[in-house]
Amino acid sequence: MSSTSATPLEDAIRAKLTAALSPITLEIYNDSHLHSHHKAMAGVTSKETHFRLVIISDSFAAKMQPARHRMIYALLRDEMAQEGGIHALQLRTLTPEEEKRQQKKKAAEAAAKEAAKEERSAAGKAEAEPTQA
Amino acid sequence: MFSRSFASSFLRQAARPAARAPLSAFRTPVAPLTPFQIRLLSDTTRTAIDKAIASAPVVLFMKGTPETPQCGFSRAVIQILGIQGVSPEKFAAFNVLEDPELRAGIKEYSDWPTIPQLYVDKQFVGGCDILVSMHQNGDLQKLFEENKVLVEGEEGEKKE
Repeated sequence: MSSTSATPLEDAIRAKLTAALSPITLEIYNDSHLHSHHKAMAGVTSKETHFRLVIISDSFAAKMQPARHRMIYALLRDEMAQEGGIHALQLRTLTPEEEKRQQKKKAAEAAAKEAAKEERSAAGKAEAEPTQA
Repeated sequence: MFSRSFASSFLRQAARPAARAPLSAFRTPVAPLTPFQIRLLSDTTRTAIDKAIASAPVVLFMKGTPETPQCGFSRAVIQILGIQGVSPEKFAAFNVLEDPELRAGIKEYSDWPTIPQLYVDKQFVGGCDILVSMHQNGDLQKLFEENKVLVEGEEGEKKE
């Protein structure tokens, strides 16, 4: 951990998770500014208290979500336990296959929505003529 | 719209078990724990948490109370339980902010460093992110149905 970095915790998260999980995707969002006014954050000067992570890695295969989250918590144990460390950590942990499936589902839903919209406007033009679903 | 009004009726009732629930082991004020002590869960604390988890089919460890959550993640879970239609009689909430020993102990007990934490039938289910995704993909409804903890006969919906 470099003492000169303005984001020592984010650096530590990236280094540790990359080394342990070889993630295909690792997105780190620092949401601390959204929570700085909370009562629990009174007197806290750190700008690195709330993080949201999206991690896509094969290391999660055949593990339930709680087990995946525990892997991350274990890797970041020190960062979460230390005084002024990470206060809250939102996690999205997926395998590459799950990510693909979710993308597909999203695309299918978007397409279905689009189709329904077209059907509605077509039905509107045809003046309540029954349409086949 | 309905979920909002239902959620509030759920919350009013859900607050009761939490209010009468403080366990004797959690009443004694304790000195702030050192990091070393946090790792060592005493038998008394473990027994008290065992009891807390067995106190209802659905048990939530949260910051604040169901009526006034003190943290956005705890609030989100309360809202999900309301939308799902968890029966207030089958639910208990414990406010970790009232008790430093519980707050530290539950993290060690569950091997889970954050609050909120949900237990169903004494089994750890997850924290906020897991509950949100289980709520969205239908797994949570399945779990609640299997454990028969929903308000009966209305499939999670409740008329006012």
